[in-house]
Amino acid sequence: MKAWEVVIGIETHAQLATRSKIFSGSSTAFGAAANIHANAVDIALPGVLPVLNRSAVECAIRFGLAVGASIAARSVFARKNYFYPDLPKGYQISQYELPVVVGGSLLIQVGDSEKVVALTRAHLEEDAGKSLHEGLGQHFHGRSGIDLNRAGTPLLEIVTEPDLRSAAEAVAYARALHALVRWIGICDGNMQEGSFRCDANVSVRPVGQPHFGTRREIKNLNSFRFMQQAIDYEVQWQIATLEDGGCIEQATVLFDPDSGETRAMRSKEDAHDYRYFPDPDLPPLTIDRQWVDKIRSQLPELPAAQRDRLIADYGLSAYDAKVITGSLELAAYYETAVAVAGRSNAKACANWVMGDLAARLNKENREIAESPVSAHQIGGLVARIGDGTISTNIARKVFDALWSGAGSEADEIIAREGLQQISDSGSLDTMLDELLAANAAMVAEYRAGKEKAFNALVGQAMKATRGKANPQRVSDLLRKKLD
Amino acid sequence: MSLTLEQVLRVAHLARIEVNEVEAHATLGRLNEIFTLIEEMQAIDTKGVEPMAQAQDVAQRLRADRVTESDQLAQRSAFQAIAPETEAGLYLVPKVLE
Repeated sequence: MKAWEVVIGIETHAQLATRSKIFSGSSTAFGAAANIHANAVDIALPGVLPVLNRSAVECAIRFGLAVGASIAARSVFARKNYFYPDLPKGYQISQYELPVVVGGSLLIQVGDSEKVVALTRAHLEEDAGKSLHEGLGQHFHGRSGIDLNRAGTPLLEIVTEPDLRSAAEAVAYARALHALVRWIGICDGNMQEGSFRCDANVSVRPVGQPHFGTRREIKNLNSFRFMQQAIDYEVQWQIATLEDGGCIEQATVLFDPDSGETRAMRSKEDAHDYRYFPDPDLPPLTIDRQWVDKIRSQLPELPAAQRDRLIADYGLSAYDAKVITGSLELAAYYETAVAVAGRSNAKACANWVMGDLAARLNKENREIAESPVSAHQIGGLVARIGDGTISTNIARKVFDALWSGAGSEADEIIAREGLQQISDSGSLDTMLDELLAANAAMVAEYRAGKEKAFNALVGQAMKATRGKANPQRVSDLLRKKLD
Repeated sequence: MSLTLEQVLRVAHLARIEVNEVEAHATLGRLNEIFTLIEEMQAIDTKGVEPMAQAQDVAQRLRADRVTESDQLAQRSAFQAIAPETEAGLYLVPKVLE
């Protein structure tokens, strides 16, 4: 049996986080009543003219800078012609030969290895409306309903080179891109609402064959899980087809999550016959150096740079740094916690954020932004572990209290509940003397060489103080008394 | 270069324009005249000339990202008054499924 190589390229449509549409002053708000956000430009009444939204261009520039691409000083809008009822003009305004963002790359992590995915381009375009085929009244049988609220929403279409070699790599890329567009604030990344959708171009070829196999394009993958399933299925289908002596025909396919299968959508005859030409309504877009420089100066620290800094300055492991820079919200939460707890507690902050906090959020199915315990509170808590005021075990109790809202700050809860570790030798001394007197048998065992008996004595001391004794101090004092 | 009748019918289909056989033949003739004209123009040496994307030598004007619409319900009613069929705010069209 032949060995096959999988080749995947991804096209992503990211809805840009602008208030108004790309070529009109209609709102881009999601979820309004049908056709409420569809003005004369959006529904393509005769005589209207598109005027480009400055913020949409800025989003494209931000993206280009974040992936190290070049920003075209001059780019051109083109008409992509096709007939569909939710495309009122009969063409989509897009960019073709001269896109606004050219090249660039994205670093992805697959398992333990890293890979650089080359980007071909990113271009601005308008979204189409939506067609509703179901849910209309009985007597509208045989009709489709058209809602043009989405028509004209700005999109950035981001296209990779065919660099990806497995479904896992494709998903890792999609995740990294999703995190990045949210990080730089150009897209809300809401996949349920369709703000971030991927198309995967998939082909297979025998290992060693220099040219690519024929590809099929899986459209509109709006979850990472579906992307994985769809590509896995498509790859198996293509290999099975070829091994049975068949051949792959270029096609656009849809993934059906219910059956887990992909099926061909458009007939080959009509596909990709878009008759692009420059849009005479829109002069070329020019972007000068000053504008680009200004946007560059406003970019936040990017995830890769922050990751390196967390490793170098805070001493985090590569894994911890990667998890924490997984989203802007998590990274910001963590930085706030460290600012409160102090840099010497940076590792402990990472442990708490990725450990107890993450576990609790996960259990209650909440995002970091919805955490009942604020970054400030976690920082305050970690600071008290760091300076020896409380033990880690007691800290968990304080964390529970913060989670349930039983206090506003760790310090307040510690003081109110009397949770400070007992570290002073005087009070521990008396307590330990009593303990030794009451547990003569254990003392004898220890002196007979049983180390276990020592641990039991420490346990007794912790129990006697309801966990508040500083275990290290107890251990030190006990050794002094017994040895 | 000249077009075939099949190409004319295909382009008409892509644009959803209904043409009968007589119209298709007439259109073929007219389109081929345009192609002849293009062929003549292609004889001109344009080496080193940057292609234009627009007849006017101007740059794109940009608008601020502001929502400028108000009273959209009245606007929708006005637009839908001239639509052949609407329902619950939707424009109705013959069923399209891929």
